[in-house]
Amino acid sequence: MTISRRGFLKGVTGSAVVLAAGIPSVEAKMSTELPSEAVGLLYDATLCVGCKSCMVNCKTKNSVPGGALYKDGVVPGVVDSLLCRKSDKTEAMKSPPYETKTIAGNEGIWDASQDLSGDTLNIIKAYRNGTGEMKDSPTNGHAFFKQQCLHCISPACVSVCPPGALIKDPKSGIVYYDAYRCIGCRYCQLACPFNIPRYEWSSPWPEIRKCQLCRHRIAEGKYAACAEYCPTGATIFGKVTDLREEAKKRFAMKPGTIYDFPVQTFDSKSTSTRPVAAYADKIYGLTDAGGTQNLMLSAVSFELLGFSKDIPASALPDLTWAYIAKIPWVFLGVFLGGTSLYAITSRKNKNGTDKGDHHD
Amino acid sequence: MIDFTTYAGPKIGNALNKLLDDRHSRHLGIKMDTPFTRVLVFLILGAAFVAGYRVIFGLGASTNMNDYWPWGLWIAFDVLGGVAMAAGAFMIAGAVYILNLKKYKCIARASILNAFFGYLLAAISITFDVGRSAVIWHPLIMWQINSVMFIVALHLVLYLTTLATESSPMVFEKLGWHRALNAVHRIMVGAVMFGVALSLLHQSSLGANYLILPSKLSPLWYSKHIPYMFLVSALMMGFSMVSFETILTGKVFNHQVPKNVLEGLAKGIVFFGSLYFAMKLGTVISGPGLGVLLHDGFLSFMWLLEMAVGVVIPVMLLAKTSSRKNIETIFVASILVILGVLLNRLNVGVFAVSSYANHVGSDYFPSIMEFVLTAGMIAFAILGFKVCAKYLNLFPDTGH
Repeated sequence: MTISRRGFLKGVTGSAVVLAAGIPSVEAKMSTELPSEAVGLLYDATLCVGCKSCMVNCKTKNSVPGGALYKDGVVPGVVDSLLCRKSDKTEAMKSPPYETKTIAGNEGIWDASQDLSGDTLNIIKAYRNGTGEMKDSPTNGHAFFKQQCLHCISPACVSVCPPGALIKDPKSGIVYYDAYRCIGCRYCQLACPFNIPRYEWSSPWPEIRKCQLCRHRIAEGKYAACAEYCPTGATIFGKVTDLREEAKKRFAMKPGTIYDFPVQTFDSKSTSTRPVAAYADKIYGLTDAGGTQNLMLSAVSFELLGFSKDIPASALPDLTWAYIAKIPWVFLGVFLGGTSLYAITSRKNKNGTDKGDHHD
Repeated sequence: MIDFTTYAGPKIGNALNKLLDDRHSRHLGIKMDTPFTRVLVFLILGAAFVAGYRVIFGLGASTNMNDYWPWGLWIAFDVLGGVAMAAGAFMIAGAVYILNLKKYKCIARASILNAFFGYLLAAISITFDVGRSAVIWHPLIMWQINSVMFIVALHLVLYLTTLATESSPMVFEKLGWHRALNAVHRIMVGAVMFGVALSLLHQSSLGANYLILPSKLSPLWYSKHIPYMFLVSALMMGFSMVSFETILTGKVFNHQVPKNVLEGLAKGIVFFGSLYFAMKLGTVISGPGLGVLLHDGFLSFMWLLEMAVGVVIPVMLLAKTSSRKNIETIFVASILVILGVLLNRLNVGVFAVSSYANHVGSDYFPSIMEFVLTAGMIAFAILGFKVCAKYLNLFPDTGH
């Protein structure tokens, strides 16, 4: 070895100091607090009549520049990604991405989404049991439920995204997507406990698609399209703190109490007056995966509606952070331990007969 | 031999001539034009076709992955498996350069090169697995330190560079570039330490990818200790991979390896195999309970198979001192460990999410194209190793 051991040890100590100094700066742990001006939706399944107006308007209102379904052509998309810049395209899309081939016999006639997908951000599904006669009854009844991004307070998708293509807005708390950053690894899909992010599997330059709470409309002073076009007040938009109070109030009320349900937004003047239903087990989203900004109420338990019962009540990114926080120490340990072992074992060798064996 | 100076000018031609000079490896008797090599080339061409098809038509057209099963064979086998197969390098490099255990030096070059190809296999496969291959470098400039995948990406690039550095003396030697050779020797110990740190992290990070899936991954495999189980199984795999490849190359290329080296490796397999067994059993007992090993149908079977093939049988085979002197026994045990750990990665990457995905009505079985790409990548690694064995001085100081 042509380098002196002292010089080598000096170099190692130097890098160890640099590494150790770097440790405090690694404090980018994800927040588990609700952002100051967090907004969200409250979906009350007992008010939903299954008209799917939210789905229709979600699709059209998001197929404009800035919307979550808006997409450039492949070539400008690739160019923007390669140059690491946001798309500045303002041209309208030819048509919203309708799914007209999902049912046999429906060749291009109507939009018939069967599930969330790369073309559908929000879906109303039906629960049915036995005769299906009674609305909101778990047995011999039917109920509707809504699936879309719940905008976690501490989102797994944001925490796992390697280039930071999924971002949680620090003010509104909306979880949105910057397509140009995305590498298409689909870790967000795997990590999301609610299985919300969807992929454009058929595209050669695919994007991740999920509800972005009509962020582009909020910037224009409007609010989420699904809430604006919901005729019954099943989906309302508002500040998360208000929505939590509203949900708790409804949940605590005696079934049958006559109540003025706000329509469109939490502080709306228009209301729909009707009796409160008997809500099931819980307010969905208060604690699930550490809490979500969208909340849901239902008379049929969420487990029966197909929502996973295994989702922990704590923030998921904490699970990985515990591991990541140890990484600088591994480097430090290996360099310090390795250097001392190297020093000890080479001294042993030098004292022995093993000399001139360094050429490799 | 072709004289390249007449085609490529004196400077490049000379370098090419030196690189393609295989006098030092004649005794290994490596022939390039064999039926086996032709099969490898055929498989590589198949993979190249799939890669092109995948880039033009997208993942939906070429694979069977879907929204509920976003990671398939390529991640589970090529990436998780390929990286695990590469674990031998940092252990041998660490033993030789840091602990100064000179007896392992004769296998250091081969195991580092083997790791280089393992990582290359993983890197190329993940490039085609991500939907936007052309910008796979984004994480390198867009840091997101909460993401284990970001850590993995950074490590993959850094470690490939480290492995290339560790392997570069073989090339510089042939070219006669003494200054470059000296420069590499000067940083070798540092590079090896860097490689050890990266490998410890990289092997465990691949397990840490799954930490965030407590509600999706089957409790048979999910544990908050999964990073450490990935690491320990990779160490066990590393010893096996090095023994396997040492014995195999000994058989194929007519060269002998000191028996005490293999004995040391076999001891390593027994030690880490026993540790791994205790960890796996411990997590099942403290987690879902032993009953799950009988009541979870197909998944229980896969867990038991993985443990039997990869841990219990090989450790029992090598438990006695006398059996660790028998090369054939070591060979068989090594192959079993390799298969078992690969099965573990497939279980975690593909099967462990099945109960969740089936619950929501989804299914996955790899498409033909997924198999073809994976087969081609394995062929690429084997052929690459073979070419290097012929043209580089891969087995210095071995008796022949």
